[in-house]
Amino acid sequence: MITLPCPWCGPRNVTEFAYGGETVARPDAATVTPAEWRAYLYVRANPAGPVTETWLHRAGCRRYLVVERDTTSNEVLAVRRAGRAAKTPTGQHP
Amino acid sequence: MKNETPRYSAFSLARRGLSGKPWPPAWRAHELRPSYDVVIIGGGVHGLATAHYLAANHDITNVAVLDKGYIGGGGSGRNTAILRSNYLTPEGIAFYDRSLTLYRHLAADLNFNVMFSQRGHMTLAHNDSSLRTMRWRAEVNKLCGVDSDVIDPNEIAKLVPRMDVSSEARYPILGALWHPPGGIIRHDAVVWGYARGADRRGVHIHQNTEVVGVDAIDDRVTGVRTSRGPVSASVVVNCTAGWSSLVSDMAGVEMPVQTFPLQAAVTEPVQPFLDPVVVSGTLHVYVSQTDRGELVFGASVDPFPSYSTGGSLEFIEGLAGHVLQLMPSLHRLRLLRQWAGLCDMTPDYSPIMGLTPVDGFYVDVGWGTYGFKAGPVSGEQMAACIATGRTPELIAPFSLSRFADGHLVGEKGAAAVGH
Repeated sequence: MITLPCPWCGPRNVTEFAYGGETVARPDAATVTPAEWRAYLYVRANPAGPVTETWLHRAGCRRYLVVERDTTSNEVLAVRRAGRAAKTPTGQHP
Repeated sequence: MKNETPRYSAFSLARRGLSGKPWPPAWRAHELRPSYDVVIIGGGVHGLATAHYLAANHDITNVAVLDKGYIGGGGSGRNTAILRSNYLTPEGIAFYDRSLTLYRHLAADLNFNVMFSQRGHMTLAHNDSSLRTMRWRAEVNKLCGVDSDVIDPNEIAKLVPRMDVSSEARYPILGALWHPPGGIIRHDAVVWGYARGADRRGVHIHQNTEVVGVDAIDDRVTGVRTSRGPVSASVVVNCTAGWSSLVSDMAGVEMPVQTFPLQAAVTEPVQPFLDPVVVSGTLHVYVSQTDRGELVFGASVDPFPSYSTGGSLEFIEGLAGHVLQLMPSLHRLRLLRQWAGLCDMTPDYSPIMGLTPVDGFYVDVGWGTYGFKAGPVSGEQMAACIATGRTPELIAPFSLSRFADGHLVGEKGAAAVGH
């Protein structure tokens, strides 16, 4: 992966982005058990293959994006604005 | 069957040389048995050292070491071969100091020249806060009996004449943590030495044998499935690096681990000029000169997780810039090659060792960027753990349960870049 297609700025060098980690849901603090909290804090799927993760275009538009990436090849499979439905890297975003 | 490996010595070298008789292989290929007492997944320095000490210290020899590629082809062959014990926490210091002691006697113990060169390890401080951490580390080190001290720029210039210690530098050097027992070693020789030691005691080393599944019934391990067929075993040990969470997943054990590539590079060989290992946490770089004269450069892990071992131009650009800030006179040196190894990073930069919730499934993982220097002590302690079924005191702080209990062993300050 040399470039990451930012949904707002287009393909930009990956050094402009900050990695935000695998997308995981935050548990409800009122009902969570210690084991669930530990899993939320520390345990990640860490797959060898496609993974969905959050990135920040730190040195660009400073907005968040959700990237689907193959961790064995670093190929970007899909990218979308955080909170929107996925689009292919070449697809036009609505 | 014991291997009739001749003892390596000047005498045996002369005799073989004059007679022209070929050397027998240092380790042999075997048929995969349907059953072993202990199956070790991963034929790197950790896996082979565990097998060696199981046989040498505990007389457990019905052991198989499985590797999906060739032995020493993962992290053991991709690290920068730096050894030291000047960590930050008493737990970390005690552990790595034992490793350094084993490394010091390894050539004699294994009858294999591992070329350990104790040339000293220097960690530079470029600002007040890192100088403060150096003093903290030096004092904790001294209390734990480890030779470690803070030195000033004049002493640094004497040890490394090419270093830019002037106040004109972009990041002026204020001092350094100086650790004389640190040094570098021939990493392949360590792997080969342990493989030979394990093989001659009856351990089977199976290369090109990939584990595709770990079988467990009622949370009790029964064996593994491999690319060459199933193997039953009551003890399975995960000694892999980058793939450690995937292998643990096979046994149903969740690992707080993420896999990051760590890149390194080497230059063309030049005349010897750099004696100690030089590390700069601020500049994210470490430099050492090998016995062949090449400069070995390393840095911190890549900024995002990946299983790809491809090198990147960003890494080389950053690395070259940082090295030249330390030693401007290297500007005409050419890089020969760069490579990457896969590191299983834990949240607290300490390993995960010992028992797991699945009976008979042991782990020696989470070694991040600092696994090579811990190879011998990990093998020794894991072998003791497996032989007795109890967690030895030295590795008790590194249990998997610490993440649930909240007893993390924070080594980030001493382990992140400071190889």
